This record gives sequence, structure tokens and C-alpha cells, in this order.
Amino acid sequence: MRHLIDILDLTIEEIDQLIETAEDIMANPAKYAHVCDGKKLATLFFEPSTRTRLSFEAAMMELGGNVLGFSEASSSSASKGESVCDTVQVVGCYADIIAMRHPKEGAPVAAASVCPVPIINAGDGGHNHPTQTLTDLLTIRKEKGRLNQLVIGLCGDLQFGRTVHSLINAMSRYKSIRFVLISPNELKVPEYIKENMHRDKVSYMEVERLEDVIGTLDILYMTRVQRERFFNEADYVRLKDSYILDTEKMKMARKDLCVMHPLPRVNEISRAVDSDPRAAYFRQAMYGKYIREALIMKLLGVEA
Amino acid sequence: MNIDSIQNGYVIDHIKAGRSMELYRHLKLDSLDCSIAIIQNAKSERMGRKDIIKIDQEIPIDWDMLGYIDPDVTVNVIRGGKRVEKKQLKMPDRVVNVMRCKNPRCISQVEHELDQIFTLADREKRVYRCHYCETAYKRSEK
Ligand SMILES: [Zn+2]
Repeated sequence: MRHLIDILDLTIEEIDQLIETAEDIMANPAKYAHVCDGKKLATLFFEPSTRTRLSFEAAMMELGGNVLGFSEASSSSASKGESVCDTVQVVGCYADIIAMRHPKEGAPVAAASVCPVPIINAGDGGHNHPTQTLTDLLTIRKEKGRLNQLVIGLCGDLQFGRTVHSLINAMSRYKSIRFVLISPNELKVPEYIKENMHRDKVSYMEVERLEDVIGTLDILYMTRVQRERFFNEADYVRLKDSYILDTEKMKMARKDLCVMHPLPRVNEISRAVDSDPRAAYFRQAMYGKYIREALIMKLLGVEA
Repeated sequence: MNIDSIQNGYVIDHIKAGRSMELYRHLKLDSLDCSIAIIQNAKSERMGRKDIIKIDQEIPIDWDMLGYIDPDVTVNVIRGGKRVEKKQLKMPDRVVNVMRCKNPRCISQVEHELDQIFTLADREKRVYRCHYCETAYKRSEK
């Protein structure tokens, strides 16, 4: 039984296969419209995340399958004190595959140890969110045509941003990747992520201001910097505009830059950038649905 | 019992000063009916201060557990009043239900029936990680 708990559970070859399948689904949706006929996906969302849940549900529907589940803990048996292990053992009797989101780190690991059907981790607290990373990888591949030889700028809160950590770990496995880490000093990438980059012999540089480096990037991955994360007001005032992407900064960027964002955004990308063809973040959400389709097929062992 | 002369048993030496009671508890020595001596804060050339535990009987001991708690201790096996063996301890690859994860966001903090599992992530640096949330825990310094 295969589960997907952590992006590193998948080999590079498996990720390549998922990307290939997703691209084929995009090109030939009709071919896949019934591959999951009669199958059920349970979305067990112990904390709300409407965007992710709808992405999974739309993915299953496009494959011909059905969905059931709950969207917050208060409408599940967890509110009566049932353990996550018991919940998945019961749901495993009804559904063929489970997508689970849980506020506690490691909940999917515990669940997978007893679950009779495949589990997909749809986010466990601030820990792992592998389908976001798969989405990011498919986006890079579709937008840039390759997953190697890239200069990837990661901008914003790099200390607490799990999507960023996971993307660094995943992209470090490809050849000739260089990271440009753009963040305020107090929100730099944690030490263990840097250790991983040293281990994988990936080069990176750390800078404070986006405008200084935007012209060198193939990819710019934006995340939000929250005001309360700054240690002092002076730094916030000095730097806050550096982490907002606007049309002025886009003028300094390369013609083939790809701007990504895990969404939802607040104000870190100005609305005026949306119409720039280099803005890929809404396409990124669409790619997320297709890569989830490919993943559901792989874990269910179905083929077109 | 004369603490200097054990006939058959173990002398666990070079325990980090102050740590002997922790070892005593984890090895469940209180459940034995042989005599045990705990020497605390003894002078040591190598360590400055150290603790020593002497057990006057060859009883089954969870060496993995001991290796997890403190891989630097020396275990002397005594038979007929003489040291016959010096055991090398090694940190076990996996420990179950020895310590608890302290990460408040970890699933094991809220669901107490889960086994507390830690796996050795880096033998050199003596780092264990929680099986669930992967929080790293560094064991005793060298
Ligand atoms: Zn933990």
C-alpha cells in the first residue's frame, strides 16, 4: 500500500511520471474521464482548507469518481474524541482513497500505520504539504519546460513557510539549481534547510531586497510576510515594500520570468501584476488539480 | 554490600554527573531484589565529576536503552570479582516509549495511545527525530 505523506516519499522518477501523466490528462481529458468510475475519494479535513479540498474533489470528479467527507473537525467524529487512527479505519471501509488535512504534525503518519486504503497528506499543520510541492513542480515544468538549470528566487517569510522548505528539498534533487533566498534577516531559511542544501551541494545566496536580484531569476516564488513577524517596526518600515511585487519590479525582471504563489495572497503581489503573462499563480492552481488527478490514479493503481 | 568489591554483576562507569537516577529509573533497577549502589559526584580524571552504578548480580539489562540514554558510559562485566568484559554501547536505531515528543503541535501530544517512536537520524551528531512530526532531539554531548 502506497501513501503520500512527504514529497521525499516519491523518487524523482515517480515525480517525473506523475508530471507526465498530468500533462497527458491536460492534453486528453476525455481519455481519463472514466478511469475512476465507481471509486470514492474521502476528503477528511480536520481543519478547513477550502481551496485544497475543492482541488482534490474536482480532481476525483474529472476522473469519473465520487467524493465524500467532511470539511472541518466539528462536523467529524473527532469532535467526539475519536482518534485519527480509528477515523481512518472506519472511513477506509467506505472509501478507496483518503485525502487528509489535519492541524497536528504527523497525524497522517499515525493514520497511515493502520489505514486500509492509500492516504494522501493534504497538509499536516506547518509540517508537510506534498501535493502543494507536486503542484509547484508541475507548474515549473509547464511554464519553464524543464526542472533543471534554474535560478529560483524564494521571497518573503522563509522561516515559517513550509511550502518553501518543501520546494527547496524537492528542487535540490535536480541538476544545476541555484536558490536566491530573499527575506528579512529575522525570517531567513532555518539552519537545517541550509544543511540540506550543503549536503545536496546546491548553491544559494541570501539577500534582503527583491529589487536587487529580480533581474537574475528564472522563477520567483512569492510568499507573504506578516507584519507581526518582524522584530522591530523600523525594519518593517524599511523593508516592507521589498516584499511586495508590483509592476515597477516586474519591469526589472526577465522577459521569461515565472511568478508563482501558493495562494491565497493578501497584498504581496499587487493586482496590476495579474494581467502580466509572467504571472503564473492562477495557472498554478489549475495545475494543482491535474497533478492531484495523476496522484490519485497512481495510488489507486488505475491506468487510462 | 561492599561497594568496592562486586563478585558477579555490572559496574556502569563514567555516567555523566547527576544522571545516575535517570538511568536507574529507565533501567527499572528499583524492581530488582539484588543490591545496587549508586555513587554520585565521584572524582574522575576524564570527566571531572561522574556517577557510577554498581549492580551485584548479572541480570538482563536493556543495553539499547542504556545506549540511548548515554552511549558514553562504560559497562564492566564482573565475574568472580574480576572484570571479564568491557561493553561498547551503541545508540539504537529506534526507541519506543522511552521519551515523549515536546512539540506542542505534534499528533503524539494529543493522542496519547500512540506509541512514542523516535528514530536515529544522525549517529555522528546523536540526533533522534520524532517518527510523527520529525522534530529533532539531540542526545547527550560527548
Ligand atoms: Zn513529535
